[in-house]
Amino acid sequence: MRTTRRTFVRASLATATAALLPISLRAQEGAPTRRPIPSTGEAIPIVGLGTWITFNVGGDAALRDECAAVMAAFFAAGGRMIDSSPMYGSSQPVIGYGLQKLGRPSTLFSAEKVWTSSAAAGPGQIEQSRRFWGVPKFDLLQVHNLLAWKEHLKTLFAMKAAGAVRYVGITTSEGRRHDLLEQIMRNEPIDFVQFSYNVVDREAEARLLPLAAERGIAVIVNRPFRQGALTDRLKGKPLPEWAAELGVSSWAQLILKFILAHPAVTVAIPATTRVDHARENLAAAGGPLPDPAMGKRISAYVQAL
Amino acid sequence: MSEWWTYRPEDFLLFSPRVYWRMFELHNAALWPLQVLALAAGLIVLLLVARWPRSSARWLALLLAALWIFVGWSFLWNRYVEINWAAIYVVPAFAVEGVLFLICGPLLNSLAFDRRGLAGGIGYFMLALAIAFPLLAPLQGRGWTSSEVFGIAPDPTAVATLGLLLLARGRPLPWLLPVPVLWCLLSGTTLWTMGEPQAWVLYSALALTAFVLTWNAVLRLSASPGWSPRP
Repeated sequence: MRTTRRTFVRASLATATAALLPISLRAQEGAPTRRPIPSTGEAIPIVGLGTWITFNVGGDAALRDECAAVMAAFFAAGGRMIDSSPMYGSSQPVIGYGLQKLGRPSTLFSAEKVWTSSAAAGPGQIEQSRRFWGVPKFDLLQVHNLLAWKEHLKTLFAMKAAGAVRYVGITTSEGRRHDLLEQIMRNEPIDFVQFSYNVVDREAEARLLPLAAERGIAVIVNRPFRQGALTDRLKGKPLPEWAAELGVSSWAQLILKFILAHPAVTVAIPATTRVDHARENLAAAGGPLPDPAMGKRISAYVQAL
Repeated sequence: MSEWWTYRPEDFLLFSPRVYWRMFELHNAALWPLQVLALAAGLIVLLLVARWPRSSARWLALLLAALWIFVGWSFLWNRYVEINWAAIYVVPAFAVEGVLFLICGPLLNSLAFDRRGLAGGIGYFMLALAIAFPLLAPLQGRGWTSSEVFGIAPDPTAVATLGLLLLARGRPLPWLLPVPVLWCLLSGTTLWTMGEPQAWVLYSALALTAFVLTWNAVLRLSASPGWSPRP
């Protein structure tokens, strides 16, 4: 092919564009894919770690060590975001124990919540959570389940302005109060929103996910496995042959890839008590993601089972 | 709480069954060998009710008072609250139950455990069931170490209390029933949500209690002078 000035300019532009793309955004061999937080462009791995139920082990030393092992596997596989809440029983001190045991990994992206009906009690609860984690400050603070959201958002925005937290968000789960969530997403300058979305609970596709993309709000997806009910239901059933195209080896990976394929999703936060599952979840963040046609196929297949 | 009707019991379950049963293992290990004393106390309760139902009432109420306060402090306050923050709100109820037994027994001596017949029989059955509670662990494939013992764990303590109250007469009974009934309901729902068949033991205890109370009420009504069956 003859090199003309036009082809040379095009090729140069393409090369320059590829070089300018943040290396983190491209799936590297063995590393989880990352996506940018729209409000800053900071890229984070698309699979995080939830702690609902799984990290609530109280003072049980053996189970605390198991949680720390899950965290170690998570960080070793390139994971960053760990999400918790004051509502999750002993999960916060258990995370703090794990972080201390692991030498406080610098890659941690700490996501916490404020969960109290009293606006005045919010700052005290956040400080207590910070002490449990043993971190200087949280990366992300969210209003849990929209509880006293107006008052807490004021507190969180003030904290962000003062540099006491990097990002502010709001959460719901299991499809509750999406109308109000939508209203908040439209009117408040939040960085993150968190809600449930999975292969069978797809209500968010209609309005929340497109709105998040439009408004530049990062999306955290909770309960990707419906608290284990989905993976339990699929246990023992063979993976479809075409799943091999995505390089998945389990239902959990296929379900996660379905979620992660949506371009508006920033992070999914599956929870687990098992080291092998933590690795498996992070592995789902690498390799190819389903295109829209494949996404529909996955959803139809799972719903038909 | 907004849209409260959309919440299910499992939405309030903060821990896994594994963590729940390991909590009993740790609790038992921490209190060993107190379980032996507690089981002996359970057998003594059975003996006292059978042989000296009136004269022992004061001591039985004192023992129940001590056990409710002890279980509330040692189990709910020191252990269960670690994985279930809502348990903190139940601790005062256990203390209140203990204080009520103190008032009704040692202070007022207003109870007698001498009810016999069907109500008494069911009361004995529930008391025996509570003492035999540790057997449920191996029967459900768990180790003995996670057994729940009367006087150490709340479920058998509540079932035993209900059994004793079915055997009892006295004006304070309506005051003494709510806490063990509510605990059985709460704990039964927790177990049910975890998919544990043991929930049925607590639900059965509640059903038997409701049956006996209804039966007693019908008997009272039929024995009253103004009552006569319809022709």
